[in-house]
Amino acid sequence: MMTLIKNGNVVEDPFIDCTEMHILPKSGALIVSVAQWQDHWEKLVRRPDPIGVQLKSHEHPEIIADDLESLTVIALEFPTFKDGRAYSYARLLRERYGFTGELRAVGEVLPDQIHFMERVGFNSVEIDSDNALADFERATKEFTVWYQPSGDARQRAAELRRGQKQG
Amino acid sequence: MYRYDEFDQQLISERVAQFRRQVQRRLDGELTEDQFKPLRLMNGLYLQLHAYMLRVNVPYGCLSAKQLRKLADIARRYDKDFGHFTTRQNIQFNWIKLEDTADILAELGEVEMNTIQSSGNCVRNITADPLAGRAADEIQDPRVWCELLRQYSILNPEFSYLPRKFKFAVTGSPNDRAAVAVHDIGLRLHLNARGDRGFEVIVGGGQGRTPVIGKTIREWIEPEHVISYVEAILRVYNIYGRRDNIYKARIKILVNALGIERFRELVDAEWENIRDGQLKVSNEELARIDAYFKPPAYESLPDLDDELASLRRVDPDFDAWMTSNVAAHKVPGYAIVSLSLKAPGRVPGDMTATTMDGVADLADAYSLGELRVTHRQNLVFVDVKQEDLHTLWEQLTELDLAAANIGRVSDIIACPGLDYCSLANARSIPVAQDIGRHFAAAEKLQEVGELTINISGCMNACGHHHVGNIGILGVDKRGKEFFQLTLGGSSDQNASLGDRLGPGLPQAEVPQAIEKIVDAYINKRQDDERFLDTYRRVGIEPFKQAVYGPVNSKKQVA
Repeated sequence: MMTLIKNGNVVEDPFIDCTEMHILPKSGALIVSVAQWQDHWEKLVRRPDPIGVQLKSHEHPEIIADDLESLTVIALEFPTFKDGRAYSYARLLRERYGFTGELRAVGEVLPDQIHFMERVGFNSVEIDSDNALADFERATKEFTVWYQPSGDARQRAAELRRGQKQG
Repeated sequence: MYRYDEFDQQLISERVAQFRRQVQRRLDGELTEDQFKPLRLMNGLYLQLHAYMLRVNVPYGCLSAKQLRKLADIARRYDKDFGHFTTRQNIQFNWIKLEDTADILAELGEVEMNTIQSSGNCVRNITADPLAGRAADEIQDPRVWCELLRQYSILNPEFSYLPRKFKFAVTGSPNDRAAVAVHDIGLRLHLNARGDRGFEVIVGGGQGRTPVIGKTIREWIEPEHVISYVEAILRVYNIYGRRDNIYKARIKILVNALGIERFRELVDAEWENIRDGQLKVSNEELARIDAYFKPPAYESLPDLDDELASLRRVDPDFDAWMTSNVAAHKVPGYAIVSLSLKAPGRVPGDMTATTMDGVADLADAYSLGELRVTHRQNLVFVDVKQEDLHTLWEQLTELDLAAANIGRVSDIIACPGLDYCSLANARSIPVAQDIGRHFAAAEKLQEVGELTINISGCMNACGHHHVGNIGILGVDKRGKEFFQLTLGGSSDQNASLGDRLGPGLPQAEVPQAIEKIVDAYINKRQDDERFLDTYRRVGIEPFKQAVYGPVNSKKQVA
C-alpha cells in the first residue's frame, strides 16, 4: 500500500499526480512533470492552488532553480532504489538553491534508505508498505552518530568530540 | 594505530544492530533477496558459488595482533579454519552462514573492526602504502588522511548509491607502493619548494574490463581542502556517471567520455561552492587523528650490519631471505620484515587460523603488536629489531611464511578464481601454485630478481593482471580454460598497462612460458636492470619469439 509520510507522520496526499496525464485538471493541488511545468507555468502560477514539480532522475534540479518560490513540493524520482542521483539533487536543492518547501522521495524507495534520504534533506517519502509508519520510525532511529555533514542540523562526531573536550 | 572512541564504537554497534534486524527480516521472508542484496553487500556479504563470503575491512592495511587473533577465532568457529587476504588489504571468509553474520559483525566490533562498505556501489575500504609511517622516503604518514577519508565515507548518505563501486588509494611517498594510478581516486603527497605539503589528485584509474591509468585532475591541493575536493568529484560522478550499463559505470568511463579537461571544469565549478564549507579539515580533528599514528618509542639501538653479514655468510637461506624479505627501517637498529604468503604450492593470500594465531604471537614478540597487509597479499612487520631478525626468520620458517620471494617471480597476486568465484572463467589458484613450484629454487629467484606476476581468473581483473610485470588472464575458449599473457604492466609511480604477448596457452604450458620469458630477460638484461626496465628497453618482440617461436606464431589455435 502506498503511504505518504511527511515530517514523520502518515498524511493524506493533497496533491494529484498529473505527471502521466495529457490534460491537467482545472483545479486542485497538482504535481506536474518538468515538461508540463515548462509548457504551462504561466497558467499554473496564476492559480490559487499549490503546485509541485516532479523530476526524473536524469533531470538536474538546476532546470527549476529559478522557479523554487512558486513551488510547494519538489518530488524527486527514484526509478530504482539503486539510482542515487536524487541524493545529490536533494542536497543541491536545499543547500545551494535554498528550497525550503516539501522535498518528496517517490518511486522505488526502500524503507532502509529513508535514513539517508532524511539526512540529505527529504522531508517526505512515499513508500509502498503495509507498515509504513513502523518502517519509517525504525529506519530513522537506527543511528545516533554521523561522521559527515549533509546539510541537516545533526551534529557530527567531530563536533561532538570538540564539545566533549571543551565541556 | 587509530583507536575507536565512544562515537566510533557507538556507530559500529548501531550498524550491527541494524544488520541483525535486516537479516532477520530476510530470514522471515519480509525482505526479498533483491531487496536484501544491496543491504548485505554494503555489509560485505556476497553470495558466491558455494556459500556466503564475508569481506572484513582492514583499514589501510593496519592490523593489531589482537585483531588478528579475533580473525583466527572467526575463521575457526564460523569458517573452515582459514581466511584469505585480498588485494585491497582486506580479509575474506569464504564459508559463512547467513544466520551467523550478525554475530560475527558484533564480534568484529569488539576489536574495532567492521565490514561496512567492503562491497556495494559505494566508497570501499581506503588502501594505502603498507609501509606508511615507517618508510624512509615518506613525506607524511598517509594514514591520517586515510582515516579522515574513512570517516567521511562511512554511511555517507549522498554517496551510498553511486553508479558503481569507488576505490581510493593514498600514498605519502614518491615511490608508490599503493598503486594510486589504478584507483578511482588516487592521492599522492608532494612537497613544494617551500616545504609545504600538497596532494596530487589522480582520477579515473582502474582495472577491470577497461584498464585505465588515472589522469591527474589537479597537480596540487592543500591538504585542508582534500575532502571537499573529493566530495566535488564524487558529486559530479554521482550525477553524471552512467547507470545504464554496469560495465560502463565506473568513473573512468565518465572521465574518458567527457575528457579530463571538461571533467575538471565540472569538478572545479562544484568545488568552488563548497571549498570553504564544513568539509575544510580542521587542525583540531587532524591533530586528534594524527596522535594515533605517532611512531612508537624506539629503543636506541645500533645497526648490526657486521653481525648480520656473518650470519648471512654461514646460512644461504637466511641470506636469501634477508635480500628479498627485509627492508631498511628509518630508525637505526630496526628493520621491516615481509611475511610471504606465497611459499611454493600455497594458495596466495590464504592463511589458516593456527597460522594467524602464530603470526599474532610473533607480532607481539617482535613487532610491537602490529602488522600490515599489503596489496600483494603478504603481511609486514614494520618494527622489528635487527637483533631479532635471525630468531624471527627461524620462527617464520616454521610457519611456512619465510619463503624468500617478496617481489620475486613466485610472489604472485591471484584472485580466488573459478574455485570460489561465480564470475571467473578459469582457475587462478592452481596456476599460481604451478608457477610457485616451478620457481621454488632460491638461487633462481634471486637470479631473476624483481618481477611481479599477477593472475586474474576473468576480465574483471581482481588479480590485477593488467599491472603485473607479467600478467596472466584466464579466458574461456569453447569450454576450455586458456591463459593469456601480458608483459610490461606496473602499478608504481610510473604505472603502465601490460601488452598482450600472444594467443592464450593451456594451463600446463604456463609455467614453461614464464620460464622462457624469464630466460629471455636474463639474456637481454644489461647491468642490474629489472625485468620491467629490460622490457621497456627492448620491447615485446624477443619475448614473443621466446614463447611462440619465430615462425608459427600465427598458427596457434586459441
